[in-house]
Amino acid sequence: MLAVVGTVPVENFPLVSGEVRLEKDALLLEGKCIPVNRGTPALLAAAIVAGEILGNPPPFAYLVGDIGTGKGSRMLYDYLTKHLLLEGFGVLTFHYLQPDVDWHNRVLFAVEAMKPRPALIADAGFMYAAKMSGQAGAYDLFTPDAGEIAFLADEEAPHPFYTRGFILHEDNRVPELIIRAYEHDNAARCLLVKGKSDYVASCEGILATVDEPLVEALEPVGGTGDTVTGIVSALVASGMRVEQAAVIAARVNRLAGLYANPTPATQVIDLIRHIPRATAEVLKESQPWRLRSKAQGSSSLFALEINMFPH
Amino acid sequence: MSFLSFLKKRRPRKEQARDRGILVFENTSEVIRAENALKAAGWMVKVKGPPPEIRTGCDLVIEFPLIEELNVLRVLESASVKPLKVVPVQSALLEPVSLFHTKDFGDYLMIRAANMKLTVDKKTLTVVNISGGGCPDVPFLAQEMVGKRLSEAPSPRAIGHTLCGYALQLAYEEMQRQCSR
Repeated sequence: MLAVVGTVPVENFPLVSGEVRLEKDALLLEGKCIPVNRGTPALLAAAIVAGEILGNPPPFAYLVGDIGTGKGSRMLYDYLTKHLLLEGFGVLTFHYLQPDVDWHNRVLFAVEAMKPRPALIADAGFMYAAKMSGQAGAYDLFTPDAGEIAFLADEEAPHPFYTRGFILHEDNRVPELIIRAYEHDNAARCLLVKGKSDYVASCEGILATVDEPLVEALEPVGGTGDTVTGIVSALVASGMRVEQAAVIAARVNRLAGLYANPTPATQVIDLIRHIPRATAEVLKESQPWRLRSKAQGSSSLFALEINMFPH
Repeated sequence: MSFLSFLKKRRPRKEQARDRGILVFENTSEVIRAENALKAAGWMVKVKGPPPEIRTGCDLVIEFPLIEELNVLRVLESASVKPLKVVPVQSALLEPVSLFHTKDFGDYLMIRAANMKLTVDKKTLTVVNISGGGCPDVPFLAQEMVGKRLSEAPSPRAIGHTLCGYALQLAYEEMQRQCSR
Protein backbone atom coordinates (compact mmCIF):
# COMPACT_ATOMS: atom_id res chain seq x y z
CA MET A 1 0.00 0.00 0.00
CA LEU A 2 1.11 3.52 -0.79
CA ALA A 3 1.27 6.23 1.88
CA VAL A 4 1.77 9.88 0.96
CA VAL A 5 2.92 12.64 3.31
CA GLY A 6 2.32 16.24 2.26
CA THR A 7 0.42 19.47 2.60
CA VAL A 8 -2.64 21.27 1.24
CA PRO A 9 -2.56 25.03 0.61
CA VAL A 10 -5.14 25.98 3.23
CA GLU A 11 -3.87 27.62 6.42
CA ASN A 12 -6.26 26.10 8.94
CA PHE A 13 -6.71 22.70 7.34
CA PRO A 14 -6.33 20.21 10.22
CA LEU A 15 -3.92 17.32 10.35
CA VAL A 16 -5.75 14.31 8.94
CA SER A 17 -4.75 10.79 8.00
CA GLY A 18 -6.54 7.95 6.31
CA GLU A 19 -7.47 6.42 2.97
CA VAL A 20 -8.05 8.91 0.18
CA ARG A 21 -10.59 8.72 -2.61
CA LEU A 22 -11.14 10.88 -5.68
CA GLU A 23 -14.62 12.05 -6.55
CA LYS A 24 -15.54 14.68 -9.11
CA ASP A 25 -12.05 16.19 -9.30
CA ALA A 26 -11.72 16.47 -5.51
CA LEU A 27 -10.03 14.30 -2.89
CA LEU A 28 -12.08 12.93 -0.02
CA LEU A 29 -10.29 12.20 3.23
CA GLU A 30 -11.78 11.91 6.72
CA GLY A 31 -14.86 13.85 5.64
CA LYS A 32 -12.76 16.64 4.13
CA CYS A 33 -13.06 17.64 0.49
CA ILE A 34 -9.79 18.84 -1.07
CA PRO A 35 -9.74 20.39 -4.55
CA VAL A 36 -7.12 18.96 -6.88
CA ASN A 37 -5.04 21.76 -8.24
CA ARG A 38 -1.34 21.10 -7.86
CA GLY A 39 0.98 20.05 -5.05
CA THR A 40 0.26 17.01 -2.93
CA PRO A 41 -3.44 16.81 -3.93
CA ALA A 42 -2.32 16.48 -7.59
CA LEU A 43 0.18 13.78 -6.62
CA LEU A 44 -2.53 11.87 -4.75
CA ALA A 45 -5.07 12.20 -7.56
CA ALA A 46 -2.53 10.86 -10.08
CA ALA A 47 -1.62 7.99 -7.74
CA ILE A 48 -5.30 7.11 -7.27
CA VAL A 49 -6.23 7.02 -10.96
CA ALA A 50 -3.05 5.18 -11.99
CA GLY A 51 -3.51 2.82 -9.03
CA GLU A 52 -7.04 1.95 -10.15
CA ILE A 53 -5.65 0.64 -13.44
CA LEU A 54 -3.02 -1.33 -11.50
CA GLY A 55 -5.55 -2.78 -9.04
CA ASN A 56 -4.02 -0.93 -6.08
CA PRO A 57 -6.04 -0.15 -2.96
CA PRO A 58 -6.66 3.58 -2.35
CA PRO A 59 -3.55 5.31 -1.00
CA PHE A 60 -3.21 6.35 2.62
CA ALA A 61 -2.36 10.01 3.23
CA TYR A 62 -1.00 12.12 6.04
CA LEU A 63 -2.01 15.70 5.21
CA VAL A 64 -1.99 19.06 6.92
CA GLY A 65 -2.61 22.66 5.89
CA ASP A 66 0.49 24.78 5.26
CA ILE A 67 0.72 27.96 3.21
CA GLY A 68 4.48 28.23 3.62
CA THR A 69 4.88 29.33 7.22
CA GLY A 70 6.04 25.83 8.10
CA LYS A 71 3.62 25.62 11.03
CA GLY A 72 1.55 22.81 9.53
CA SER A 73 4.63 20.94 8.30
CA ARG A 74 6.19 20.96 11.77
CA MET A 75 2.93 19.70 13.27
CA LEU A 76 2.90 16.87 10.74
CA TYR A 77 6.59 16.04 11.32
CA ASP A 78 5.90 15.82 15.03
CA TYR A 79 2.87 13.62 14.44
CA LEU A 80 4.85 11.24 12.21
CA THR A 81 7.58 10.76 14.80
CA LYS A 82 4.90 9.62 17.27
CA HIS A 83 2.14 8.01 15.23
CA LEU A 84 3.54 6.78 11.91
CA LEU A 85 1.94 3.41 11.23
CA LEU A 86 4.75 0.90 11.38
CA GLU A 87 3.20 -1.80 9.21
CA GLY A 88 1.33 -2.14 5.97
CA PHE A 89 3.04 0.39 3.74
CA GLY A 90 5.09 -0.81 0.78
CA VAL A 91 5.86 2.73 -0.38
CA LEU A 92 6.15 5.99 1.52
CA THR A 93 6.23 9.17 -0.57
CA PHE A 94 7.14 12.54 0.95
CA HIS A 95 6.19 15.69 -0.87
CA TYR A 96 5.47 19.41 -0.30
CA LEU A 97 6.72 19.95 3.23
CA GLN A 98 8.69 22.84 4.68
CA PRO A 99 12.35 21.80 4.33
CA ASP A 100 13.74 21.38 7.84
CA VAL A 101 16.79 19.21 8.38
CA ASP A 102 16.23 18.53 12.05
CA TRP A 103 12.64 17.36 11.55
CA HIS A 104 13.65 15.40 8.46
CA ASN A 105 16.15 13.43 10.51
CA ARG A 106 13.64 12.69 13.25
CA VAL A 107 11.09 11.46 10.70
CA LEU A 108 13.67 9.29 8.94
CA PHE A 109 14.56 7.79 12.31
CA ALA A 110 10.89 6.87 12.81
CA VAL A 111 10.74 5.37 9.32
CA GLU A 112 13.71 3.13 10.06
CA ALA A 113 11.53 1.36 12.65
CA MET A 114 9.02 0.30 9.98
CA LYS A 115 8.87 -3.42 9.24
CA PRO A 116 9.36 -4.17 6.46
CA ARG A 117 11.02 -0.94 5.50
CA PRO A 118 8.97 0.66 2.70
CA ALA A 119 10.41 2.01 -0.53
CA LEU A 120 11.09 5.69 0.15
CA ILE A 121 10.31 8.32 -2.47
CA ALA A 122 10.92 12.04 -1.96
CA ASP A 123 10.08 15.06 -4.05
CA ALA A 124 9.74 18.82 -3.50
CA GLY A 125 10.54 20.30 -0.08
CA PHE A 126 11.17 17.01 1.66
CA MET A 127 13.70 16.07 -1.02
CA TYR A 128 15.48 19.38 -0.34
CA ALA A 129 15.73 18.50 3.36
CA ALA A 130 16.84 14.93 2.56
CA LYS A 131 19.70 16.25 0.43
CA MET A 132 20.70 18.89 2.93
CA SER A 133 20.72 16.35 5.77
CA GLY A 134 23.34 14.29 3.94
CA GLN A 135 21.04 11.27 3.99
CA ALA A 136 19.91 11.20 0.36
CA GLY A 137 21.22 7.64 0.07
CA ALA A 138 18.52 6.43 2.46
CA TYR A 139 15.94 7.01 -0.28
CA ASP A 140 14.99 4.74 -3.16
CA LEU A 141 13.87 7.49 -5.51
CA PHE A 142 14.08 11.25 -5.90
CA THR A 143 12.05 12.91 -8.64
CA PRO A 144 13.75 16.28 -9.25
CA ASP A 145 13.09 18.55 -12.21
CA ALA A 146 15.93 20.07 -14.22
CA GLY A 147 16.37 22.92 -11.73
CA GLU A 148 16.33 20.59 -8.76
CA ILE A 149 18.95 18.26 -10.23
CA ALA A 150 21.24 21.30 -10.43
CA PHE A 151 20.53 21.88 -6.74
CA LEU A 152 21.30 18.22 -5.92
CA ALA A 153 24.51 18.54 -7.94
CA ASP A 154 25.64 21.59 -5.97
CA GLU A 155 27.09 20.21 -2.76
CA GLU A 156 27.00 23.68 -1.20
CA ALA A 157 23.42 24.73 -1.96
CA PRO A 158 20.86 24.34 0.86
CA HIS A 159 17.97 25.19 -1.50
CA PRO A 160 17.54 25.50 -5.31
CA PHE A 161 17.43 29.28 -4.79
CA TYR A 162 21.15 29.22 -3.98
CA THR A 163 22.38 26.93 -6.73
CA ARG A 164 25.69 28.40 -7.82
CA GLY A 165 25.84 29.97 -11.26
CA PHE A 166 28.37 27.58 -12.76
CA ILE A 167 26.04 24.69 -11.96
CA LEU A 168 22.76 26.31 -12.97
CA HIS A 169 20.58 24.02 -14.96
CA GLU A 170 20.31 23.74 -18.68
CA ASP A 171 18.54 20.75 -20.11
CA ASN A 172 21.57 19.58 -22.07
CA ARG A 173 23.68 19.45 -18.88
CA VAL A 174 21.42 17.09 -16.95
CA PRO A 175 23.62 13.99 -17.47
CA GLU A 176 26.70 15.69 -15.98
CA LEU A 177 24.62 17.11 -13.11
CA ILE A 178 23.40 13.59 -12.32
CA ILE A 179 27.00 12.36 -12.13
CA ARG A 180 27.93 15.25 -9.87
CA ALA A 181 24.95 14.61 -7.56
CA TYR A 182 26.09 11.00 -7.10
CA GLU A 183 29.73 12.01 -6.64
CA HIS A 184 28.72 14.10 -3.64
CA ASP A 185 26.25 11.50 -2.27
CA ASN A 186 23.35 13.86 -2.81
CA ALA A 187 21.12 11.54 -4.81
CA ALA A 188 18.76 8.72 -3.94
CA ARG A 189 19.45 5.16 -5.10
CA CYS A 190 17.48 6.00 -8.26
CA LEU A 191 16.70 9.37 -9.86
CA LEU A 192 13.86 10.27 -12.19
CA VAL A 193 14.82 13.68 -13.55
CA LYS A 194 11.84 15.39 -15.15
CA GLY A 195 12.39 17.75 -18.07
CA LYS A 196 12.45 18.10 -21.82
CA SER A 197 13.93 14.62 -21.72
CA ASP A 198 13.25 12.52 -18.65
CA TYR A 199 16.25 10.64 -17.28
CA VAL A 200 16.23 7.56 -15.09
CA ALA A 201 19.59 7.14 -13.41
CA SER A 202 21.48 5.42 -10.65
CA CYS A 203 25.03 5.68 -9.35
CA GLU A 204 26.00 3.56 -12.34
CA GLY A 205 24.87 6.25 -14.77
CA ILE A 206 21.87 6.96 -16.94
CA LEU A 207 19.70 3.87 -17.24
CA ALA A 208 17.04 5.22 -19.58
CA THR A 209 15.92 8.35 -21.34
CA VAL A 210 12.31 9.08 -22.17
CA ASP A 211 11.72 11.95 -24.54
CA GLU A 212 8.56 11.14 -26.43
CA PRO A 213 5.96 12.36 -26.89
CA LEU A 214 7.39 15.85 -26.48
CA VAL A 215 4.68 18.40 -25.66
CA GLU A 216 6.32 21.81 -25.25
CA ALA A 217 3.20 23.41 -23.78
CA LEU A 218 3.45 21.20 -20.68
CA GLU A 219 6.52 23.02 -19.35
CA PRO A 220 4.60 25.94 -17.79
CA VAL A 221 1.76 23.74 -16.48
CA GLY A 222 2.04 23.60 -12.70
CA GLY A 223 1.67 20.15 -11.16
CA THR A 224 3.01 17.95 -13.98
CA GLY A 225 5.96 17.01 -11.78
CA ASP A 226 3.56 16.15 -8.98
CA THR A 227 1.59 13.82 -11.25
CA VAL A 228 4.66 11.89 -12.40
CA THR A 229 5.67 11.40 -8.75
CA GLY A 230 2.16 10.15 -8.02
CA ILE A 231 2.23 7.73 -10.95
CA VAL A 232 5.65 6.30 -10.07
CA SER A 233 4.53 5.90 -6.45
CA ALA A 234 1.49 3.90 -7.58
CA LEU A 235 3.61 1.73 -9.87
CA VAL A 236 6.12 0.93 -7.13
CA ALA A 237 3.23 0.21 -4.75
CA SER A 238 1.94 -2.32 -7.30
CA GLY A 239 5.18 -4.26 -6.90
CA MET A 240 7.18 -2.91 -9.81
CA ARG A 241 10.90 -2.24 -9.45
CA VAL A 242 11.70 1.40 -8.87
CA GLU A 243 13.80 1.81 -12.04
CA GLN A 244 11.17 0.22 -14.26
CA ALA A 245 8.39 2.18 -12.57
CA ALA A 246 10.28 5.41 -13.21
CA VAL A 247 10.54 4.72 -16.94
CA ILE A 248 6.88 3.77 -17.23
CA ALA A 249 5.73 6.73 -15.13
CA ALA A 250 7.65 9.15 -17.34
CA ARG A 251 5.98 7.68 -20.42
CA VAL A 252 2.51 7.68 -18.87
CA ASN A 253 2.81 11.32 -17.79
CA ARG A 254 3.95 12.40 -21.26
CA LEU A 255 1.18 10.46 -22.96
CA ALA A 256 -1.48 11.84 -20.59
CA GLY A 257 -0.09 15.29 -21.34
CA LEU A 258 -0.41 14.69 -25.05
CA TYR A 259 -4.01 13.49 -24.69
CA ALA A 260 -4.85 16.62 -22.68
CA ASN A 261 -3.93 18.68 -25.79
CA PRO A 262 -2.58 21.40 -23.53
CA THR A 263 -1.80 25.07 -23.90
CA PRO A 264 0.42 26.89 -21.37
CA ALA A 265 -2.83 27.85 -19.61
CA THR A 266 -3.99 24.25 -19.07
CA GLN A 267 -4.48 23.17 -15.46
CA VAL A 268 -3.11 19.86 -14.21
CA ILE A 269 -6.52 18.32 -13.53
CA ASP A 270 -6.99 18.16 -17.31
CA LEU A 271 -3.89 15.96 -17.54
CA ILE A 272 -4.93 13.78 -14.59
CA ARG A 273 -8.17 12.86 -16.39
CA HIS A 274 -6.08 11.17 -19.11
CA ILE A 275 -3.78 9.21 -16.80
CA PRO A 276 -5.96 6.05 -16.70
CA ARG A 277 -5.97 5.75 -20.50
CA ALA A 278 -2.25 6.53 -20.73
CA THR A 279 -1.41 4.04 -17.95
CA ALA A 280 -3.41 1.27 -19.59
CA GLU A 281 -1.78 1.92 -22.97
CA VAL A 282 1.79 2.10 -21.69
CA LEU A 283 1.33 -1.03 -19.60
CA LYS A 284 -0.18 -2.85 -22.55
CA GLU A 285 2.73 -1.76 -24.72
CA SER A 286 5.14 -3.03 -22.07
CA GLN A 287 3.37 -6.38 -21.81
CA PRO A 288 4.89 -8.00 -24.93
CA TRP A 289 8.29 -7.04 -23.59
CA ARG A 290 7.43 -8.59 -20.26
CA LEU A 291 6.32 -11.79 -22.01
CA ARG A 292 9.35 -11.80 -24.26
CA SER A 293 11.55 -11.27 -21.28
CA LYS A 294 10.09 -14.35 -19.61
CA ALA A 295 10.21 -16.43 -22.80
CA GLN A 296 13.84 -15.60 -23.33
CA GLY A 297 14.61 -16.45 -19.76
CA SER A 298 15.90 -12.97 -19.11
CA SER A 299 16.03 -12.03 -15.47
CA SER A 300 15.88 -8.39 -16.33
CA LEU A 301 12.68 -6.93 -17.67
CA PHE A 302 14.21 -3.54 -17.05
CA ALA A 303 17.08 -4.26 -19.42
CA LEU A 304 14.53 -4.73 -22.18
CA GLU A 305 12.56 -1.67 -21.11
CA ILE A 306 15.51 0.62 -21.32
CA ASN A 307 16.36 -0.63 -24.76
CA MET A 308 13.07 0.83 -25.86
CA PHE A 309 14.39 4.29 -24.97
CA PRO A 310 17.98 4.45 -26.02
CA HIS A 311 19.77 7.61 -24.98
CA MET B 1 38.08 60.04 -4.17
CA SER B 2 38.63 60.59 -0.46
CA PHE B 3 41.50 58.98 1.47
CA LEU B 4 39.07 56.80 3.41
CA SER B 5 37.30 55.56 0.32
CA PHE B 6 40.70 54.74 -1.20
CA LEU B 7 41.54 52.65 1.87
CA LYS B 8 38.18 50.96 1.71
CA LYS B 9 38.72 49.97 -1.88
CA ARG B 10 42.16 48.53 -1.20
CA ARG B 11 41.13 46.40 1.73
CA PRO B 12 41.19 42.67 1.07
CA ARG B 13 37.84 41.00 0.48
CA LYS B 14 37.79 39.03 3.74
CA GLU B 15 38.53 42.15 5.71
CA GLN B 16 35.57 43.89 4.08
CA ALA B 17 33.24 41.07 5.11
CA ARG B 18 33.97 41.91 8.75
CA ASP B 19 32.16 45.19 8.23
CA ARG B 20 28.97 43.29 7.68
CA GLY B 21 26.44 41.75 9.93
CA ILE B 22 23.46 39.54 9.29
CA LEU B 23 19.97 39.78 10.68
CA VAL B 24 18.43 36.40 11.38
CA PHE B 25 14.65 36.05 11.52
CA GLU B 26 12.23 33.35 12.51
CA ASN B 27 10.96 32.76 8.98
CA THR B 28 11.27 34.01 5.43
CA SER B 29 8.11 36.11 5.60
CA GLU B 30 9.69 38.15 8.39
CA VAL B 31 12.82 38.56 6.27
CA ILE B 32 10.68 39.91 3.45
CA ARG B 33 8.90 42.34 5.81
CA ALA B 34 12.22 43.51 7.23
CA GLU B 35 13.71 43.95 3.77
CA ASN B 36 10.71 46.04 2.73
CA ALA B 37 11.00 48.23 5.85
CA LEU B 38 14.75 48.74 5.51
CA LYS B 39 14.63 49.50 1.80
CA ALA B 40 11.75 51.93 2.36
CA ALA B 41 13.98 53.68 4.91
CA GLY B 42 16.74 53.99 2.32
CA TRP B 43 19.07 51.18 3.41
CA MET B 44 20.85 49.28 0.67
CA VAL B 45 20.57 45.92 2.40
CA LYS B 46 20.95 42.59 0.61
CA VAL B 47 19.03 39.37 1.09
CA LYS B 48 21.33 36.34 1.08
CA GLY B 49 21.66 32.75 2.16
CA PRO B 50 22.79 32.16 5.74
CA PRO B 51 26.21 30.75 6.66
CA PRO B 52 26.30 26.96 7.25
CA GLU B 53 26.27 27.18 11.05
CA ILE B 54 22.79 28.71 11.17
CA ARG B 55 21.10 27.10 8.17
CA THR B 56 17.91 25.16 8.74
CA GLY B 57 16.83 24.47 5.18
CA CYS B 58 14.68 27.25 3.84
CA ASP B 59 16.18 30.48 5.04
CA LEU B 60 17.22 33.94 4.06
CA VAL B 61 19.16 36.50 6.08
CA ILE B 62 19.66 40.22 5.59
CA GLU B 63 23.20 41.47 5.18
CA PHE B 64 23.80 45.02 6.40
CA PRO B 65 26.70 47.32 7.39
CA LEU B 66 27.44 46.20 10.95
CA ILE B 67 28.37 49.65 12.13
CA GLU B 68 24.80 50.79 11.48
CA GLU B 69 23.29 48.14 13.72
CA LEU B 70 21.46 50.50 16.04
CA ASN B 71 19.93 52.49 13.22
CA VAL B 72 18.88 49.35 11.43
CA LEU B 73 17.32 47.88 14.57
CA ARG B 74 15.46 51.13 15.17
CA VAL B 75 13.87 50.93 11.73
CA LEU B 76 12.92 47.31 12.32
CA GLU B 77 11.45 48.09 15.72
CA SER B 78 9.25 50.78 14.25
CA ALA B 79 8.10 48.26 11.64
CA SER B 80 7.39 45.72 14.43
CA VAL B 81 9.67 43.09 12.97
CA LYS B 82 12.28 41.87 15.38
CA PRO B 83 15.28 39.76 14.34
CA LEU B 84 16.03 36.63 16.34
CA LYS B 85 19.69 37.65 16.42
CA VAL B 86 22.26 39.91 14.87
CA VAL B 87 25.63 38.35 14.13
CA PRO B 88 28.78 39.49 12.36
CA VAL B 89 29.56 37.78 9.07
CA GLN B 90 32.15 35.07 9.74
CA SER B 91 31.92 33.05 6.57
CA ALA B 92 30.81 33.48 2.99
CA LEU B 93 27.14 34.10 2.42
CA LEU B 94 25.36 32.41 -0.42
CA GLU B 95 24.25 34.53 -3.33
CA PRO B 96 20.69 33.95 -4.51
CA VAL B 97 20.20 32.94 -8.11
CA SER B 98 19.89 36.09 -10.18
CA LEU B 99 19.50 34.83 -13.73
CA PHE B 100 16.21 34.80 -15.57
CA HIS B 101 15.14 32.53 -18.37
CA THR B 102 12.37 33.74 -20.68
CA LYS B 103 10.43 31.47 -23.01
CA ASP B 104 7.91 32.74 -25.53
CA PHE B 105 5.01 30.38 -26.28
CA GLY B 106 3.29 32.70 -28.76
CA ASP B 107 0.21 33.83 -26.85
CA TYR B 108 1.95 33.16 -23.53
CA LEU B 109 5.18 34.26 -21.90
CA MET B 110 6.98 32.18 -19.26
CA ILE B 111 9.72 33.52 -17.00
CA ARG B 112 11.81 31.31 -14.77
CA ALA B 113 13.78 32.59 -11.78
CA ALA B 114 15.78 29.93 -9.96
CA ASN B 115 13.38 27.00 -9.63
CA MET B 116 10.13 28.96 -10.13
CA LYS B 117 8.23 29.59 -13.37
CA LEU B 118 5.50 32.16 -13.93
CA THR B 119 3.43 32.18 -17.12
CA VAL B 120 1.03 34.90 -18.31
CA ASP B 121 -1.31 35.37 -21.22
CA LYS B 122 0.34 38.14 -23.24
CA LYS B 123 -2.93 39.73 -24.38
CA THR B 124 -4.75 39.90 -21.07
CA LEU B 125 -1.70 39.80 -18.75
CA THR B 126 -3.51 37.14 -16.75
CA VAL B 127 -1.41 34.70 -14.73
CA VAL B 128 -2.23 31.32 -16.26
CA ASN B 129 0.24 29.03 -14.51
CA ILE B 130 2.85 28.80 -11.78
CA SER B 131 5.15 25.81 -11.71
CA GLY B 132 8.36 24.54 -10.15
CA GLY B 133 9.41 24.87 -6.54
CA GLY B 134 8.95 22.57 -3.60
CA CYS B 135 8.06 24.65 -0.56
CA PRO B 136 4.48 24.55 0.70
CA ASP B 137 3.61 28.09 -0.30
CA VAL B 138 3.96 27.24 -4.01
CA PRO B 139 0.52 25.61 -4.31
CA PHE B 140 -0.88 28.44 -2.14
CA LEU B 141 0.68 31.14 -4.34
CA ALA B 142 -0.68 29.40 -7.44
CA GLN B 143 -4.12 29.19 -5.88
CA GLU B 144 -4.10 32.92 -5.08
CA MET B 145 -2.51 34.21 -8.30
CA VAL B 146 -3.61 32.01 -11.20
CA GLY B 147 -6.57 33.45 -13.08
CA LYS B 148 -5.86 37.02 -11.99
CA ARG B 149 -4.31 39.82 -13.98
CA LEU B 150 -0.74 40.71 -13.03
CA SER B 151 -1.95 44.08 -11.75
CA GLU B 152 -4.63 42.50 -9.56
CA ALA B 153 -2.89 39.38 -8.31
CA PRO B 154 -1.27 39.58 -4.88
CA SER B 155 2.50 39.72 -5.19
CA PRO B 156 4.49 36.71 -3.93
CA ARG B 157 6.32 39.16 -1.66
CA ALA B 158 3.03 40.00 0.03
CA ILE B 159 1.71 36.49 0.62
CA GLY B 160 4.68 34.13 0.16
CA HIS B 161 6.77 32.79 3.01
CA THR B 162 9.67 30.75 1.64
CA LEU B 163 12.63 30.85 -0.70
CA CYS B 164 10.43 29.46 -3.47
CA GLY B 165 8.05 32.37 -2.83
CA TYR B 166 10.99 34.74 -2.97
CA ALA B 167 12.15 33.24 -6.29
CA LEU B 168 8.62 33.64 -7.65
CA GLN B 169 8.71 37.30 -6.63
CA LEU B 170 11.82 37.74 -8.79
CA ALA B 171 10.04 36.13 -11.74
CA TYR B 172 6.97 38.31 -11.06
CA GLU B 173 9.07 41.50 -11.05
CA GLU B 174 10.83 40.48 -14.25
CA MET B 175 7.46 39.67 -15.84
CA GLN B 176 6.13 43.11 -14.87
CA ARG B 177 9.25 44.69 -16.32
CA GLN B 178 9.00 42.81 -19.61
CA CYS B 179 5.26 43.33 -19.96
CA SER B 180 5.49 47.06 -19.35
CA ARG B 181 7.85 47.60 -22.29
